Amino acid sequence: MPVTRERGQRQVFCGLAGIVWLHRKMQDAFFLVVGSRTCAHLLQSAAGVMVFAEPRFATAILQDRDLAGLADCNEELDRVVTELLARRPDIGTLFLVASCPSEVIKLDLDTAAERLAASQQGRVQILAYSGSGLDTTFTQGEDTCLTALVPRMPELPAAERSLLVLGTLPDIVEDQFARLFAEIGIAPVHFLPPRKAAELPPVGPGTLLLAAQPFVGETAAALAKRGATLIEAPYPFGIEGSRAWFAAAAAAWGLPAERVEAAIAAPVARAERGLANYREQLAGKRISFLPDSQLEIPLGRFLSRECGMQLTEVGVPYLDRRMMAAELELLPAGLRLTEGQDLERQLDRLRQDRPDLTVCGLGLANPLEAEGLTTKWSIELVFSPVHGFDQAADLAELFARPLNRRQRLAF
Amino acid sequence: MQLTVWTYEGPPHIGAMRVAASMRDVHCVLHAPQGDTYADLLFTMIARSAKRPPVTYTTFQARDLGGDTAELVRKTLQDTVQRFKPRALLVGEACTAELIQDQPGAMAEGMGFDIPVVPLELPAFTRKENWGASETFFSLVRALLRGHKPAERPAMTGRRPRANLLGPTMLGFRCRDDVTEVTRLLASVGVDVNVVAPAGAAPEDLLRLPEADFNVCLYPEVAYSTCAWLERMFQQPTVKTVPIGVGASRDFLLEVGQVAGIDPAPAIAAAQTRLPWYSRSVDSTYLTGKRVFIFGDATHVIAAARVATEELGFEVVGLGSYSREFARELRAAAEGYGVEALITDDYLQVEARVLELAPELVLGTQMERHIAKRAGIPCAVISAPVHVQDFPARYAPQMGFEGANVIFDTWVHPLMMGLEEHLITMFREDIEFNDEAAPSHLGPAARQGGAQTRAEPAADDDAEGAGADDAIIWDSDAEKELRKIPFFVRGKARRNTERFARERGVATITVETLYDAKAHFGR
Repeated sequence: MPVTRERGQRQVFCGLAGIVWLHRKMQDAFFLVVGSRTCAHLLQSAAGVMVFAEPRFATAILQDRDLAGLADCNEELDRVVTELLARRPDIGTLFLVASCPSEVIKLDLDTAAERLAASQQGRVQILAYSGSGLDTTFTQGEDTCLTALVPRMPELPAAERSLLVLGTLPDIVEDQFARLFAEIGIAPVHFLPPRKAAELPPVGPGTLLLAAQPFVGETAAALAKRGATLIEAPYPFGIEGSRAWFAAAAAAWGLPAERVEAAIAAPVARAERGLANYREQLAGKRISFLPDSQLEIPLGRFLSRECGMQLTEVGVPYLDRRMMAAELELLPAGLRLTEGQDLERQLDRLRQDRPDLTVCGLGLANPLEAEGLTTKWSIELVFSPVHGFDQAADLAELFARPLNRRQRLAF
Repeated sequence: MQLTVWTYEGPPHIGAMRVAASMRDVHCVLHAPQGDTYADLLFTMIARSAKRPPVTYTTFQARDLGGDTAELVRKTLQDTVQRFKPRALLVGEACTAELIQDQPGAMAEGMGFDIPVVPLELPAFTRKENWGASETFFSLVRALLRGHKPAERPAMTGRRPRANLLGPTMLGFRCRDDVTEVTRLLASVGVDVNVVAPAGAAPEDLLRLPEADFNVCLYPEVAYSTCAWLERMFQQPTVKTVPIGVGASRDFLLEVGQVAGIDPAPAIAAAQTRLPWYSRSVDSTYLTGKRVFIFGDATHVIAAARVATEELGFEVVGLGSYSREFARELRAAAEGYGVEALITDDYLQVEARVLELAPELVLGTQMERHIAKRAGIPCAVISAPVHVQDFPARYAPQMGFEGANVIFDTWVHPLMMGLEEHLITMFREDIEFNDEAAPSHLGPAARQGGAQTRAEPAADDDAEGAGADDAIIWDSDAEKELRKIPFFVRGKARRNTERFARERGVATITVETLYDAKAHFGR
């Protein structure tokens, strides 16, 4: 699959945005960004519409005097963390999240995390990762967060094996998957991230690793270093993707394909019924993806193969060929696949293509709508239950909805 | 470092973006890392703008830091001017770029563009959004008008006076409708609007600023320094009254009348506003003395305090602002209400003050909605920062006489209606209609015991402050009696009683102590 690489202005979130869903998934975790007012502003702009009684994230905003000398900066961080832990004694795990400013001034948060953990005498687990825009794009923030958890995971006993599902899934999807794995006969199955950061799943040479999200490449590599084996599979979007995903897990576990087919028969039948309606609405429609979350390739695959859409352009912020190998094989030949972004040029192409549907971020969605292009804002795909058989129709509906809406409105 | 849960203002470059996005034919180039484009969302989503803000970012990444970020800036500037062909260019840095010091402003000035280039100094680690907006607007006006001889303004006789409306920006609180309303106010006394800026103005419009007879400083947070400069350079007087509330709108017209040499009395007499009658009607009697806490930017807080006391009959028990630039004005206003102004941008301090004061109504920003929800206190929004619901489709000014109508509805709405309030006080054991069944918009905190639980954290802090040995015990009858006090004043009653007991060395609060305290403190 040939890929065009582009460089220029990028219209994407930084990895800090991952906090918005990670703090909901891990109920005992708190995310403290060490950064500037810009970082704090980003977080509240992204999450502010949820009126939290008490949010589980905050920012330690660097002040002028912090920029003067590093020793002072570390003392300041200790003070802020102590203050925070006093305010929120229920915090089990504290993530120190690095940002662009903290990285440019080379504030070492890994060392700070160790020092602070020691001073807390094990009452609180303290970890560090980077969510900076310099290093990470949107969902990559989850990857760096999970990577930080890997060294804390307990060792899986030598003789045992387990399946580890990697990447944040909505609780309802996680439960569905757990039931299907049980029916297929794979056990034990663990999920990373867990619902409590203090209850990390074990990992070892007996661990088979199955990625549920395409953006967890670094974590997968870190788990491989601890002996886990990555199962190559497409991602569980739509019927085809989910079937192949479960099948790959079963094959790696040493189970016959019939076991999978028997277990998924009913959900597949339901999903087919659910999808039929949306396929009618989507078939033949042209769609473009602007780079955002790394979900563009698997979703494009689902929409083209199962919903009959035509892919005009698929843009990804970066392409991890190892994580994407199985997906790339399923993409239609001759697809215009672009890695990176040069925003204005990409918009020129988009205006020329005038696809029926454009998947893009919220900074672009309304302006493109005003130009007469129908859009699907991409962040929702990260926040909605879209994986697995029983969500296949919901996933298609997310793309059909804006088209449907455009038809309904008289003005 | 400052621990921040919520921030009242964004960094200063957001202020610069607000000015650029408010105007026409102005483009802003920001040296900023990948990800800082999140700010576009504020305009396209919160303000629901149909076009992208005219801002181009360099979006550098880690790999660029090893190379030549200055070259990246140069290329971005070149491409941007070529593509968008703006008539004025703003060049600034976001916080991270400030640390690597590529001097994009100076670079742009040296690139030979044939349009005005305005380099922006936006110290991201000391200043904030409103300062950034004010500085950007001022820098742009100064750059465009520098060297312009103040053209002789024709005498005001024989024509209608003209005013500039300065300060409205995108993402400002209700700026869109305030401009309409103030234009209407000015028209009512026969004054025309010369230029509205930054909102809707192009660089050429700014060149016409000196043609006005005076400036109306609608939003001092954004326009004060520009107005002061125009006053110095072009001898244009500034109308400083911000017309929020009936009284302030009248004062505004009086000031305009004075500056423009016209008699505003007929216009004031003809003004249509329902607030005074609504507030005077007996239905509003129960609003008397409602204890209110006010927080926001200085302009809206000062205005709100006046409306609350003079026009709605509330009692201001606390007020504060995150606008440090106007701390002096705010302190002076607070003194008038016998309270101490809280000047802070620390959300946690505001929260502590609200819990301590246990008011019956909070007038604040989006952030105070969080505090009020947690504490189960009714709340209305009076100032930015605000979320999408406060950029409404309907006409919703805060200024002028229609603004007063909007304010009456908005502030009274979250309070429990009078009859409901009476019935809850009289019969406390109704299964549906009791304290726990407080209005659903107050969230679960209100249903879990109301103001009493809320005031508790503050009360505990207080007890610690006074020394742990004088812990005060409520006997069970007194506790039961306390629960008969309507929830919205219960927090205050608890605090007063404890204070009363502490002052008199009473160790156990009985029903008697409760009523003694009630008699002592009055309501």
